[in-house]
Amino acid sequence: MWWKSALFILMSVMIVYSFTTPAPQKMIGESSRIFYYHIPQAWICVIAFAMSMIYSIKYLKTKDIHEDDKALVAAKLGFVFCLLATLSGATFAKVTWGSFWNWDPRETSIFILLLIYGAYFALRGAVDVEEKRASLSAVYSIFAFITVPFLIFIVPRLVPSLHPEDSIIDENMKFTMSPMVRTIFFSSLGLFTIFYFWLFNIGKRVQLMARNQVEQEDF
Amino acid sequence: MYKLDVDNLGKRFGERKVFSKISFELKTGDSIAVVGSNGSGKSTLLKVLLSLLVPSRGTVTYSNGEEKLDDNHYRITTSFVSPYLNLYDHLTAEENLKFFTTVAGNTITGKEINNLLAKVGLEGRGVDYVLGYSSGMKQRLKYAVALLKKPEFLFLDEPTSNLDEAGKKIVFDLVEEYRKDTIIIIATNEKEEYELAEKLCRLT
Amino acid sequence: MPKSSAGLLSRSLAVYFKDMRLELRTRSALNAILMFGVTTLAVVSFSLGQSNLSPKIMSALFWVIMFFSAMSGLAQTFIREEETGTSLALKLTADADSIYLGKLFFNLTLLTMMTLIITPMFFIFTDAPTNNLFPFLVVLVLGVFGLVSATTIVAAIIAKASTKGALFAVLSFPILMVLLMSLVSASEKIFDNQTLADTSSEVQFLIAYVVVMTTASILLFKFVWRE
Repeated sequence: MWWKSALFILMSVMIVYSFTTPAPQKMIGESSRIFYYHIPQAWICVIAFAMSMIYSIKYLKTKDIHEDDKALVAAKLGFVFCLLATLSGATFAKVTWGSFWNWDPRETSIFILLLIYGAYFALRGAVDVEEKRASLSAVYSIFAFITVPFLIFIVPRLVPSLHPEDSIIDENMKFTMSPMVRTIFFSSLGLFTIFYFWLFNIGKRVQLMARNQVEQEDF
Repeated sequence: MYKLDVDNLGKRFGERKVFSKISFELKTGDSIAVVGSNGSGKSTLLKVLLSLLVPSRGTVTYSNGEEKLDDNHYRITTSFVSPYLNLYDHLTAEENLKFFTTVAGNTITGKEINNLLAKVGLEGRGVDYVLGYSSGMKQRLKYAVALLKKPEFLFLDEPTSNLDEAGKKIVFDLVEEYRKDTIIIIATNEKEEYELAEKLCRLT
Repeated sequence: MPKSSAGLLSRSLAVYFKDMRLELRTRSALNAILMFGVTTLAVVSFSLGQSNLSPKIMSALFWVIMFFSAMSGLAQTFIREEETGTSLALKLTADADSIYLGKLFFNLTLLTMMTLIITPMFFIFTDAPTNNLFPFLVVLVLGVFGLVSATTIVAAIIAKASTKGALFAVLSFPILMVLLMSLVSASEKIFDNQTLADTSSEVQFLIAYVVVMTTASILLFKFVWRE
């Protein structure tokens, strides 16, 4: 398929540029390049989490087990990107603030997100009957997602922040971005998002194949 | 006139098929016996019919003759007696009956409770904890709870399990009493029980 | 047969009084929750000895004790229905809303009783300042409501799973973390002799949290209960 080749080429170009152009932030220096990767990862983590919740709501409405499969795929991918964002964030924190972990609001939030994902998978592992597993984990993921706005608005008030600005968007704006930096950053954001949806699609098809194998037997 | 339509019903747990292609139609006054060897899925079928489990195939439709009943009709229209259904051990028989009445939004007098207990042969035992009941007495009390509603659909899973001759007679009399105004579904392997029903559904 | 209908409140109260009666006769949840609270408190106080605690540490300890005590007993009411096989009878008779509200009131009572015993003991053991008691009580009441409103539906979820004990804390903690953060922050200010007005942003948050969690639970509970 042509778009996969296009994605491959564009991502390669983006990666090369992200390391060869001047560092985006003069004060932090070379290590500031990590923001080309760190922020898209965090962004995808949130998208995946939201998608998982939307498919969970759909499952509760329709009781169609395929919706649960999609919720699971989104949650798995979200967890991976959440982990990557945490690791890249911790590395960045070590370089700029001197320690890997500071309980900065955004670190706290992503830590809670990781815990929610972990709890979600633990719950799925503890329920044997498929429909029951689907309903219970759907309810949990919706219920957990409701706390996210509290995370975004409350945690920053309770814990002093080390992040450049209070929201993800502002954070980027603060790096008085040159046109070049801006181009690389937004293409990274866009390309990673497409990459995520591609992975999601593959995961969805794998689940569907596993399910069809069971269902093919005449019934 | 109530109706229960079962169309091409199938249930599978993971890769294990429990039953498939079950279809029947019942209306008020009808009764059906579900028979089959141990593990053939009698209780599972009853659970699917009661929408405690989601079917893998097919549909179960309840209607009052004019329109479909919604998901919550069970609370008002359906009574169920089953070995899997337990009452509260740490409440007395009377407290159990009272609880299951008030939680459904109704009220019951002491006299009504006594009548009900007498009907299932538990007169004078209403103040005892269910914990101290024998399994036969528990089974009788389940019938008393089932009769708190005026059921349109009466599901009996192994209706006479743990009951003595007198207890069996109570159940058979109840079935005769309710036959005309109720849809009765019996899951059993006992000959004398499935002969109570007019129709037969055999699971393999 | 019996007739005449009654409202949601009386149906919920039927569930509540049934659970209270069972609890008073078996004491399974209350004993666990109380002993857990007392034990934790004793361990904390004994290992700290006579050291002078800062307001921050005092308030953190208090809410850690509250959290773990809540985790030890608040799932009991749903687990009991599953383990004794009574949930089926309940499901076929009662509507989900009254069951949820009845259990919510029950857990509220349970945690309140525990708090009434643990809190005075906490003040005695840690020598926390008692001159600022009213604001502390406000935060305490909101904390009890917050803990119960968020964990009751989690209790219903884990009662249907196969490994119940550990799962309750695992599923509850991420949801409770924001709550605990603001509870700790509010009581820290209070132990530090600040007024209720200084904690207004926490108090507002706590109220919002209770309202949102309770509403969401009522909307979602029927999906858990039907399984």
